[in-house]
Amino acid sequence: MVKSAYSFATQIEKIEKHIIVVWVDNETGVLARVVGFFSGRGYNIDSLAVAEVDKKKNISRITIATSGTPRVLQQIKLQLGKLVPVHKVADFPSDKKTLMREMALLKVVSSAVKLEKARKVCKKYKYTILDKTKKSFVVEVSALKKEIDELIKKLQPLGLASASRTGVVAMTKGSEVFKQH
Amino acid sequence: MTGAEMVFKALEDQGVRHIFGYPGGAVLPIYDELKNHKKIKHILVRHEQGAGHAAEGYARSSGKPGVILVTSGPGATNTVTALTDAYMDSVPLVCITGQVPTHLIGTDAFQECDTTGITRPCTKHNWLVKDIEKLSSILHKAFEVATSGRPGPVLVDIPKDIQFAKGKYVRPKKSKKNSGRADVKFNGKNKDIEAAVELFKKSSKPILYTGGGVINSGPKATQLLRELVSLTGFPITSTLQGLGAFPGYDQQFLGMLGMHGTFEANNAMHDCDLMINIGARFDDRITGKIDEFSPKSKKIHIDIDPSSINKNIAVDLALVGDVKIILEKLILALKKKNPNFINSNKQRIAAWWNQIEKWRKKNSLGFVNSKEIIKPQFAVQKLYELTKDQDVFITTEVGQHQMWAAQHYKFDKPNRWMTSGGLGTMGYGLPAAVGVQVANPGKLVIDIAGEASVLMTMQEMSTAVQYKLPIKIFILNNEYMGMVRQWQEILHDKNYSESYTAALPDFVKLAEAYGCVGIRANKPEELDEKIKHMITVNKPVIFDCVVDKTENCYPMIPSGKPHNQMLLGSKDKAEEEISEEGKILV
Repeated sequence: MVKSAYSFATQIEKIEKHIIVVWVDNETGVLARVVGFFSGRGYNIDSLAVAEVDKKKNISRITIATSGTPRVLQQIKLQLGKLVPVHKVADFPSDKKTLMREMALLKVVSSAVKLEKARKVCKKYKYTILDKTKKSFVVEVSALKKEIDELIKKLQPLGLASASRTGVVAMTKGSEVFKQH
Repeated sequence: MTGAEMVFKALEDQGVRHIFGYPGGAVLPIYDELKNHKKIKHILVRHEQGAGHAAEGYARSSGKPGVILVTSGPGATNTVTALTDAYMDSVPLVCITGQVPTHLIGTDAFQECDTTGITRPCTKHNWLVKDIEKLSSILHKAFEVATSGRPGPVLVDIPKDIQFAKGKYVRPKKSKKNSGRADVKFNGKNKDIEAAVELFKKSSKPILYTGGGVINSGPKATQLLRELVSLTGFPITSTLQGLGAFPGYDQQFLGMLGMHGTFEANNAMHDCDLMINIGARFDDRITGKIDEFSPKSKKIHIDIDPSSINKNIAVDLALVGDVKIILEKLILALKKKNPNFINSNKQRIAAWWNQIEKWRKKNSLGFVNSKEIIKPQFAVQKLYELTKDQDVFITTEVGQHQMWAAQHYKFDKPNRWMTSGGLGTMGYGLPAAVGVQVANPGKLVIDIAGEASVLMTMQEMSTAVQYKLPIKIFILNNEYMGMVRQWQEILHDKNYSESYTAALPDFVKLAEAYGCVGIRANKPEELDEKIKHMITVNKPVIFDCVVDKTENCYPMIPSGKPHNQMLLGSKDKAEEEISEEGKILV
């Protein structure tokens, strides 16, 4: 038995998946602050997508897919809100009110027969062939995370050689927007 | 204007009078500029950690931010403990570090380290200044961040070439007259205040649980707290950091709560039907076992930091904002709604007070005194009796002596008690006393210390001598890391693994070597005279108070137990009953 734990967790709470969107000043170290906050407090990052969205105001949008108990999710939002370069924190529930997409580039290297089979598998998704040779192709797919998981699983026996994914980005449905300030 | 000049200009514009620091290669241009700024006095410490704690003591005893100036690499890393300490205990610090020139950053240059990377998790914010034109605005922003909202440490890392570079100085936008917290008012609605008043009115077993947030909110908050207590007739308890916000000797004060809090305070917390948390954060040393924490109460939480709400304990009503402003609103609403509150309330809470008096009769801070050997509690009581008529500032190290000081020294003013609570930093008290004395010349400053802790930062005695700071280091010397020893006795089958210091310096000779006065007391009857001597000496003093080696600090909430299951002393039978499960919890 471990002798020097502080205490043991006694309540087991339900883990929820959420998308946290953070608008930050696009400056050196800001991503390290956000990511360091998650690792420092033992919170999860399932995926992460970052890019500048407003050049004039120098604002980047960070989309973090995370999971945790309701209390942890509340802490994530409140603690992120305290960081100096953070302008706004929004919580997009992973439900029907939120649009979520992930983009993947997948390279399949295989025989002609298998390549043809692989292309047929891709047909089920919204895809574009970006590059093609006799032995290979590179396909771009934009879909839900679980759909890309599914596609990758199907392509593996058909010669999937490399996969590159963006992590999820999200937007609320309807006319509502989270205003930056 | 050069970067180095800008640093001082900004410090002057921010009203800084003292800085604590240590020079080195990457910060030399700033030190070169020091001679041209007579308004700012530099205190040369002996180790950068000492600069950090001294700045903390300065800040906590004066209400103004503490400023640190150190060099790159080891200068910066040595401040990390103090920055983390300040972060945990919400102390406003501005740490200015030198850095290798911009073009050498990332080359593993001499005394280079990733200062902003290392200090990111232990500051509210930090900046690496790469553009001279941004330097002055960053420095002003640094002061704003450190002192606004929940205060805390910030760091500005300035490469050496930026210190030489010339640019335009920008003045701070507007000098704030109020304490920095004027920016955060009260975000809630008036109906929340009314809801709180309703809860006040309904409660028959209320308790006020107050913390360091009251002190950080300023002297006005302390006055308002006292007004609220007399207006309501409610009992009040305080965390370690909140001591001094309310007079420690007042009848309505139940003493400190938590792991080494009084029997009456902890039982009242457990049995209350309304808990009003003002500026405290439900720390694990306060709550004990979370599942059984105050099961029957409605909880109101007043805090300036929204992330403190529902972090450890779910509350029924949260009032987010500055304590001072919220207390003002509460008192106003209470007076308006119920001008006769205290009288109408007296009866409703009479039974509750009776119960509290019963708990109080246990005299949980009692101990068996001795004529042969100095009991540490007795030494603190003596110190209190002989100093209470003066305006005294007490700092501590961390361990048993700290808890005895908190239990037996009664404070009646805020900003008089400086102790490392959140981080529990041994070695905090001596340098903190240096900073307190710098901020409060002519006042009596005492570090109630343990011999193990004080050796961690003993070198700062030399600083005290250099600046003629007559701090008193009152060491309760039991030759053990007392709290470690106590835990080993109770929880690790008396296996005193490495908690005894088999070789200690002769503290009297050590004092003399530093150029201070050394005093030793071995017997209880010597204490009076020797403490009086210590107080009258106008020099730094090291007082070696040789105490009982085996005394334990009681009362104590043993691991894994809720508030209502305390150990009351070595003779208490409950001691035998710590379960196997409880032993593993610290």
